[in-house]
Amino acid sequence: MSTATAQAAETAAPRQMRFRETRRLVRTYSRSFSSMVGLVIVLIFLFIAAFGPLLAPYPEDAYGAVDFGAKLLPPSAEHWFGTDQVGLDIFSRVLIGARTTLQIGLTVTGIAILIGVPLGLIAGMAGGWVAETIMRITDIFLSIPGLILAIAIVGALGPGIGNAMLALSLVWWPGYVRLVQAKTLSQRNETYVDAARALGAGPLRVVFVHVLPNCLSPIIVKASMDMGLAILGAASLGFLGLGAQPPYPEWGAMISTGRAYLPDWWWCSLFPGLAIYFTVLGFNLLGDGLRDVLDPRQR
Amino acid sequence: MSTDMLSIRNLDVHFPISNGQVVRAVDGVTLSLKPGETVGLVGESGSGKTTVGKTVLRLVEATAGEIDIDGLDVRAAGQKGLKALRRKAQIIFQDPHSSLNPRMTIRRAVAEGLILNTSLRGNALREKVAEMLIAMGLPPQFHDRFPHELSGGQKQRVCIARALVLEPDLLVLDEPTSALDVSVQAQILGVLKDLRLSRPRLTQLFISHNLAVIRFLCDRVAVMYLGKIVEEGPVAEVFGDPRHPYTRALLSAVPVPSAVERPERLRLTGDIPSPANVPKGCAFHTRCPIAKVGVCDTRAPEPVPLSSGRQALCHFADQTKGALSA
Repeated sequence: MSTATAQAAETAAPRQMRFRETRRLVRTYSRSFSSMVGLVIVLIFLFIAAFGPLLAPYPEDAYGAVDFGAKLLPPSAEHWFGTDQVGLDIFSRVLIGARTTLQIGLTVTGIAILIGVPLGLIAGMAGGWVAETIMRITDIFLSIPGLILAIAIVGALGPGIGNAMLALSLVWWPGYVRLVQAKTLSQRNETYVDAARALGAGPLRVVFVHVLPNCLSPIIVKASMDMGLAILGAASLGFLGLGAQPPYPEWGAMISTGRAYLPDWWWCSLFPGLAIYFTVLGFNLLGDGLRDVLDPRQR
Repeated sequence: MSTDMLSIRNLDVHFPISNGQVVRAVDGVTLSLKPGETVGLVGESGSGKTTVGKTVLRLVEATAGEIDIDGLDVRAAGQKGLKALRRKAQIIFQDPHSSLNPRMTIRRAVAEGLILNTSLRGNALREKVAEMLIAMGLPPQFHDRFPHELSGGQKQRVCIARALVLEPDLLVLDEPTSALDVSVQAQILGVLKDLRLSRPRLTQLFISHNLAVIRFLCDRVAVMYLGKIVEEGPVAEVFGDPRHPYTRALLSAVPVPSAVERPERLRLTGDIPSPANVPKGCAFHTRCPIAKVGVCDTRAPEPVPLSSGRQALCHFADQTKGALSA
């Protein structure tokens, strides 16, 4: 609440300053070619996720319409990416699948942040047995390969896109705990935290006004990279038959079903594969670019 | 005693370390500051002077002893008492680069103390902050900059503004100039000197290892060694006629701009002993040039009162007048 009043106290001038700061960040970011490629890919991906069903030439194909008359047609003007074994237009399915993919990325990364960041902050600020407990549990999770654990969790819960997201979220948070705890530890000993305490800032204000904002850059960078990795993870689960179930238009699941038709009907797997490839690449390049911009050592 | 702005009595600050030992960072320090007085606290790195400063603000918890700021018992202060303490006492740190939050404009940094401790909001808050920053020589076009856009001297002036905007009676300055360039140091010292004229009630505890700075700014000086105050008194007298051999060694280590070599330079050998393992008897006897076997290594010295509020923690303090005067 007092933060809000402080911001209210600042009027037009700071906005101008903040604008200057933003413009500097934008300039630094746009200087890097690969970062811009990443940004463009991610923007295209977001656009498709938003408007995919409107763009798709055969939107009904996404949800299990069957047209055996048009099965396994190669890419052509009519079916840009060809059709699959039950005659569904792969181009339409890839476009519509983007929304699922975005959902997976956002959900998994979001839940991981919601669990990981608070735990990391608590471990970093509290110290003692509280920190020990949190960090050792984190270590246990980190010591098990994430995908294997996710497979076990989905195996127990039963296959499905919802359970796949849940399982991935449950194996994703430890990375954030480690990151935030390390960052918090270093921030906690900064002099400005002492100065804030001398001014009368309580522990909550220290955490949320002084420590957390200074941990934000690495969290943003990790989140943007994890978007790509989570998408890849969900596709892997889909490929193993533990994620989305056909005919649900999910890229991993599409590769999985298309695999049976390789190599003669290569387009069934190739195009969803390329979609995953470019999306993950885009998020990784974006993450790299953000890291370059947000790293305070660049200033 | 109740007229003192700050009074520290028998302050101990001990930090436990891993193997059951204790670091005696501050060991029985007694010091009092009258209103308006500036007292210097000097000593080597590791002598506990910074810890004293932080303990006064209760940024570090004391192990034993009493701290009293203008009638407020700092160690016993609860939520409400601490709130009062924040308005009475403020601190300025050594490194201005790390004592400002990199994500806050300097206007917000200075406003924070007011937001936390007063009901000032909106335009009144804005004006008060701007006034304070301008008084510290930072014109309005700087007020919305972030710390990384300022120079070291400017940052330190922001820190001073942040501390003074609460109008404290006591200011702890923890080596406020050590991290700055020499020319900027002079500038900050000027600011601090002006402060003494413009706010006569402001009491300052000036922590430094720079003796010239202490001489320039302070009325009295206390010399610390291994958590203890070994000599205390008016600056002119202590620096003119040091009675403790450690004070004398410190003074003789000050470089003098002269081509002629000084005849007697008192050099200390060895490092400061670990405060986890303080020597028996007089803590200084391991490095003292006048230590006597059988006295200094067995018996801890008591403070020897000398003339006019001076005292020294040395068995031979009243005999060393001739022997030690530089």
